[in-house]
Amino acid sequence: MPETPPDLDVRKIAALARLELTTDEVERFSRQLHDILAYADQVQQVDTTGVPPTSHPLAESQVWREDEPGPSLSRDVILEGAPETSVRSGLFKVPKVL
Amino acid sequence: MPTDTLTAIALRDAIAAGTLSAEEACRDALTRIAAQNGRLHAFHSVESERALTKARALDVSVAARGPLHGVPIALKDNMVVAGTITTAGSRMLEQYRSPVDATVVERLEAAGAVIVGKTICDEFSMGSSTENSAFGPARNPWALDRAPGGSSGGSAVAVAAGLTPLALGSDTGGSIRQPAAFCGVVGLKPTYGRVSRYGLIAYASSLDQIGPFARTVADAALCLEAISGADPHDSTAAHLPVPSFSSALTGDIRGLRVGVPRALFADGVDEGVLAAFDESLLVLQRLGASIVDVDLPHSRVAIPTYYLVATAEASSNLARYDGVRYGLRATGAKTLGEMYDRTRDAGFGDEVKRRIMLGTYVLSAGYYDAYYLKAQQVRTLIRRDFEQAFATVDAVAVPTTPTAAFKLGEKTADPIQMYLADIFTVSAPLAGLPAISVPAGFTPDRLPVGLQLTGRAWDEATLFRMADAYERSTEWKDRRP
Repeated sequence: MPETPPDLDVRKIAALARLELTTDEVERFSRQLHDILAYADQVQQVDTTGVPPTSHPLAESQVWREDEPGPSLSRDVILEGAPETSVRSGLFKVPKVL
Repeated sequence: MPTDTLTAIALRDAIAAGTLSAEEACRDALTRIAAQNGRLHAFHSVESERALTKARALDVSVAARGPLHGVPIALKDNMVVAGTITTAGSRMLEQYRSPVDATVVERLEAAGAVIVGKTICDEFSMGSSTENSAFGPARNPWALDRAPGGSSGGSAVAVAAGLTPLALGSDTGGSIRQPAAFCGVVGLKPTYGRVSRYGLIAYASSLDQIGPFARTVADAALCLEAISGADPHDSTAAHLPVPSFSSALTGDIRGLRVGVPRALFADGVDEGVLAAFDESLLVLQRLGASIVDVDLPHSRVAIPTYYLVATAEASSNLARYDGVRYGLRATGAKTLGEMYDRTRDAGFGDEVKRRIMLGTYVLSAGYYDAYYLKAQQVRTLIRRDFEQAFATVDAVAVPTTPTAAFKLGEKTADPIQMYLADIFTVSAPLAGLPAISVPAGFTPDRLPVGLQLTGRAWDEATLFRMADAYERSTEWKDRRP
């Protein structure tokens, strides 16, 4: 099993990605992410001096349209798909924040 | 009349001639699915009543007939149809019903197509075999113990097995072309921006593109015509006229130049695949095309580039699954934060978690420049290689996949081995270019092989013309699993 580099802390990454991992998952994902990053390191060999990044394949990046109001989905339709709502007050319900 | 072997065009013409009704065509497709889905697992859900209602309405409609009038079509289960379930292959969306139609759904139905159901796909399109679906893999109709490819595997199976003449898939790193090759059907990834992504469940937004599966190039061309074009709901759907792809199918490819980047597949390509590929080049040559060498040096690192770019975008896109507005919510959490963490752990499968974490890592402070920015720069170089090649050639040809369909279970333990199944398909989306996979024969084990042609941006017409001329000169489209 390859050694996990000190800078690849799966628990920290999982916390940033809002994933709760089991102990088994931490072990497995550490190993797999380490392998994938070691493989991806090939890109470091490419000379990219002065090369601009491509974030998007389209040349046309800004598209304008008239700002015309139109019909949108009703609040009730939107709330229908939610796991928990307060239909009376028209709100999504979540557990307490703190 | 039996409709399982009819092309979409033949089926439409039979309905127009009155030898068949749209309802009969729809019932036939539904009967085939009911009979064969247990064996093939191509469909995750079938909307029989909705489909029959739409088909009956077409039969009594007095409006002008659309180009796909009465043609049954399957959708990858990551495109939303109002009121029906769309899962994207994930427990997270197992019960999710969209309040709206995807733009491709509106356009298909305006063209007269009848959507019969949703096909099995890897979870959030992350995979190359459908084994990452939360609902079990689809099976390759040519060998049931083999993968159909992925992520749009169920759509490829539906068309290959004659369940429907057409299907839509989505392609981010090869998710249409690789399963098309594995299942022996035609699959096209259009130029980025050709087809609206509104209502497509997002994976990597600078790469995702919807495209058709068909048994013939002509059917694929007709289907792309129906779904393409600008859309007020998607600013990345280009404001360009949609050419008549069907009229590009002249059968004449004399004088066209096909570039072959031989150095890319110097090793690692299966012998049977390579033999079929070389044979397909001879066919193109006999038809009057010239074969020339090209070099795409940076495509050698296309796989790592793709996984750095795509996972970064995925980690951002999939942040929306938080258990608040729709989808799964884990029960028993005491606080909002706990609810987020548990919901995402319960709702996502292993591959999705891996990609979200990889993307989170490459975007995080201290690693952004070394990984994400670097990959974006290499992406520029991959694109420039193609630009240079297209100064002298009209299309670039490679085998769609390095091997024919692999066995189910063969690659599930090692993510990198699974990623390498896409080695020849990831370059086109990174460069935003259109690419088609067309059946190009069989390996000695009787497994289908695909020829992939990549074209200039917005030039799907040349790809269709070349693939159609090739198809007419071979008998592969008449082979049935």
